[in-house]
Amino acid sequence: MIPELGHFCLAMAVAIACAQGVVGIAGPTLKDPRALAAAPLLTLLHFTAILLSFLALVWAGVVSDFTVENIADFSSAQTPLLYRITGIWGNHDGSILLWCLILSLCGAAVALGGRQLPASLRARVLGVLGFVSCGFLLFTLAVSNPFTRIWPPPLDGAGMNPILQDPGLAFHPPVLYTGYVGFSVAFAFAIAALIEGRIDAAWGRWVRPWVLLSWCFLTAGITLGSWWSYYTLGWGGYWFWDPVENAALLPWLTGTALLHCAIVVEKREALKAWTVLLAIATFSLSLSGTFLVRSGILNSVHSFAAAPDQGLFILVLLAITIGGSLLLFAIRAPVLAATGIYAPISRESALILNNIFLCAITAVVFIGTLYPPFANLLFGIQLSVGAPFFNQTVLPMAGPIILAMGVGPLLRWKRADLLPVLQRLWLAGAVALLVLIILTVTKHLIAALGLAGGAWVVMSALTDLAERTRLFRVPLGASLGRFFTLPRAAIGATLGHIGFGVSVIGIAAMTLAVQKVVVLNPGQSTMLGGYTWALEDIHDAPGPDYSQRVADVVVSDNGKPFMTLHPSRRFFTAQHVITSDAAIRTNGFQDIYVDFADEHDGGAELRLNRHPGAPEIWFGGLIMALGGFCSLSDRRLRVGAPFRKRLPSGATV
Amino acid sequence: MSPLRRRLLFGTPLVVALAAGGGFYTILRRMQDDTYDPHALPSPLIGKRPPAFTLPGVSGTPGFSNTDLLAPPKPMLVNWFASWCAPCQEEVPMLQALAAAGITIWGIAYQDKPADLAAYLQQFGNPYARIATDQSGLTAINWGVYGVPETYFIDKTGIVRLRYAGALTDTVVKTQIMPLFKQYS
Repeated sequence: MIPELGHFCLAMAVAIACAQGVVGIAGPTLKDPRALAAAPLLTLLHFTAILLSFLALVWAGVVSDFTVENIADFSSAQTPLLYRITGIWGNHDGSILLWCLILSLCGAAVALGGRQLPASLRARVLGVLGFVSCGFLLFTLAVSNPFTRIWPPPLDGAGMNPILQDPGLAFHPPVLYTGYVGFSVAFAFAIAALIEGRIDAAWGRWVRPWVLLSWCFLTAGITLGSWWSYYTLGWGGYWFWDPVENAALLPWLTGTALLHCAIVVEKREALKAWTVLLAIATFSLSLSGTFLVRSGILNSVHSFAAAPDQGLFILVLLAITIGGSLLLFAIRAPVLAATGIYAPISRESALILNNIFLCAITAVVFIGTLYPPFANLLFGIQLSVGAPFFNQTVLPMAGPIILAMGVGPLLRWKRADLLPVLQRLWLAGAVALLVLIILTVTKHLIAALGLAGGAWVVMSALTDLAERTRLFRVPLGASLGRFFTLPRAAIGATLGHIGFGVSVIGIAAMTLAVQKVVVLNPGQSTMLGGYTWALEDIHDAPGPDYSQRVADVVVSDNGKPFMTLHPSRRFFTAQHVITSDAAIRTNGFQDIYVDFADEHDGGAELRLNRHPGAPEIWFGGLIMALGGFCSLSDRRLRVGAPFRKRLPSGATV
Repeated sequence: MSPLRRRLLFGTPLVVALAAGGGFYTILRRMQDDTYDPHALPSPLIGKRPPAFTLPGVSGTPGFSNTDLLAPPKPMLVNWFASWCAPCQEEVPMLQALAAAGITIWGIAYQDKPADLAAYLQQFGNPYARIATDQSGLTAINWGVYGVPETYFIDKTGIVRLRYAGALTDTVVKTQIMPLFKQYS
């Protein structure tokens, strides 16, 4: 009964979303006040319907209702409660429903939080969101219905893929989807602006918090996903340039570009058409990212098995959404003209430089990801594009961004001088140079360049902060006082840059990682990275829905044992799957990582790793997301209608 | 910039998106009628004869070498397998059905211990007319074997016409293997 109610709510949501789209788009044109007032109400109703539908599916999961095919295929009676719930979005149909839920949540947030928006703009934004949601709800209902029943029901479900039974999976998809879907609001604002034919500073101010919010979630989602693959898959890698990872990286790159050029629209009313194009591109890439990987076109480890008819449905939806918005862009955008003018050396130009390089990286990653299927289509050859291509093309382009990142925030709007800025950055430059020289002596050129780049970004962001608070020039108390009166957006931007620098440091340090695959019998030991690694014992240990073999590995430095690790191999009897649970010990700056890969003839095949800087990769991501949230709490985004006020020079973002 | 050029410039994103969409449409259609498989792995052996090798057999029986594959009396399959590989065990019934239908299948055991291999054949059955063992795995590298099981179709002139990576399924046999037997016999 409950699954039928969920199914019914889903069908109702399609109708409401369609109504929301029609009313929202037609209302402002007809100048009908009833339509303008109805759009937010329909949006809230639409959200409620999807929420009920989603809760019905969660309920079916919690009570293990195996008459629902989705539950029978991906859950079982032994699955713990947490994973019975998170398993809902661990499969194709359920994850699409979660996607729709978050989309309608975004709409509801605009309806409730957008009271200061002009009624016509708000209605149009909600209308666009309604049509997008309607399309994807139709997809859910028609070809990937999570409420499909089976009769007779199996006695027990097939069970969840053991690799997915992990707290990381509980949070990674919802956070990532919020990031993807959040850009739909920026997209809707862009389409509404194209329909109205007007973009001004106020538009920039309204759209920016949405971009910021989705960017934070996307950053956190990618960080979580990378961390999850690092500790679950047992390879000790954190980024594999897999098509699905690239699909998340592409909207992050264009979203980062959008984040920066929306500032230019807000402050200087320039780059309008470009900002609109980036908003469309970011959401288009999010959509393609979520859906094309499910069509089976891209060869990926994240296999969401999907039938080709689903692929065709998705393609038609994408064609309407992306093609339609780009058509509107081609017709309406040429009339958007910039009003602000600026010199070649200015904050505006620095932001344009940032955009150019981010978009160049996007283009490279995009081409690299899509080249294999298109090479087959056009030239009939089978090939794969892997990490070496991406490393060799993306890293050189990240260089100029890292250099410019240090200088950009210190430049003034309209017209700036480069020399005084460079003089103020002498300390950051000196630190970077020192790191470069020290590490070049030890002959690790790539690591040296990366660490120097990271140090440069962090130090120049700190210099910027020190300048603003007049650190060491006025008493410390006065500096602190200045720090607390700084706009939160400025602190957020600094944090964001520091976070990026920290990630760069982590990635660079990881190139110094050492690893070794050995087969050890209990009592034997081996040397790696200056430590002695000894296997003491292999023994059995109980587990909730698996049995496991645990290896005790003692790591010692100069004969002094300082760490005992317990990597294990888990045998999931229900699914006949063996997973390895790597043991990772971190001190914040270095990971000791041991994976128990295989056991034969009484010996253990161990993968030993010493990863310097690994934790910094994810710390950096978290700091970036934190910076975004800090920026979101800025007063100017919370106050009502935007107003012009004179900001002290240098205190702007 | 002239207004016309500005209009054309603003239309380029649409053109790029349409081209990409058209490409995806064609790829999806080809996937539907099985003329394109994104997971297919290219094999350097297609259209060539297998590289030179001489491998011993299992438990005293003679193995075979590349010269034995030069001109088989009728088209045949060479199946790479191993006793330690679970998909290989699942594939055995399919291979036995093919062997019962009169198709010659030769097997090459990849990095296997003789005792394990004998036990495996004893337990799951032996669909192979002849078996060779590649203990070092060097021949597998020369063939470009990606993983076991893997199946190669060899025609009457000894030329490899198809490589299939993974366990054979009903669909693969019906759509890919049987048409080749019709074409080359």
